[in-house]
Amino acid sequence: MSASDSRPTSWTLRVRNAVDRHLPMDHLLPDRQPYYVGSWVYVFGVVTIAALVWVIVSGVVLSFFGPQWWHSSSVGRFFNSLHFWSVQLFFIFMVLHLWGQYFMAGWRDGRAATWMIGVVIFGISIVTGFTGYLSQQNFDSQFIATQGKDAMNASGIGAFFNVLNFGQMYGLHVMLLPIGVTFLVVVHIVMVRARGVVKPIDPEGRANS
Amino acid sequence: MDSPATYLHWGFILISVPNFLVIVAMLVLFAIALIAPFPEHDEGDDVSKR
Repeated sequence: MSASDSRPTSWTLRVRNAVDRHLPMDHLLPDRQPYYVGSWVYVFGVVTIAALVWVIVSGVVLSFFGPQWWHSSSVGRFFNSLHFWSVQLFFIFMVLHLWGQYFMAGWRDGRAATWMIGVVIFGISIVTGFTGYLSQQNFDSQFIATQGKDAMNASGIGAFFNVLNFGQMYGLHVMLLPIGVTFLVVVHIVMVRARGVVKPIDPEGRANS
Repeated sequence: MDSPATYLHWGFILISVPNFLVIVAMLVLFAIALIAPFPEHDEGDDVSKR
């Protein structure tokens, strides 16, 4: 039985064929883009990714040395600041990317899942930022924790998400949530690569075909 | 950094000056991205040409 006239029995071959079909290398690593991609609006997404890389790199360094280091040594404070400011850039450019995609209706032509994954990334990023503020190990984080606990308890998740528990907040911040954000960002990028950038809306308000 | 931020207050809108400046900077950056010309590619490459 040849693989060409029936469905292959090997799951690895089926996966390989599916990847070849839906994500060929010229889509994954394109050297050309349509003319309408020639705008600075399309740069916001990749700047967000660049900021995320700096967030992860500085975060890995901070997690190696711990709170005493990042509060007391000059190099530690530098990496603490690098982590903080790269997060600010990450959120600023993520929101600019969101504005750009909203006004060009980036969910059109089968891209709804890409849009929704972006929404989920935004939501998880907010929780990651919140747990980061709680992990600072200073008076600021204590103030945020004591102010935030009532909101968490009122929403009913206080028993599972205890903002006064440093170990839980720190564990979520350095492990589970960053893995979630990074994984979904990779999926988001692959989906953009698979379908390409959405076409502009023409002056009559119809999507170009 | 250790002192409380100054707040702007218009009716029901209450926002700190740093947050207000960040939002204004984002709006300006977005407007610039729409208006500023994007660099053209090399001759013979039709990527950014109609």
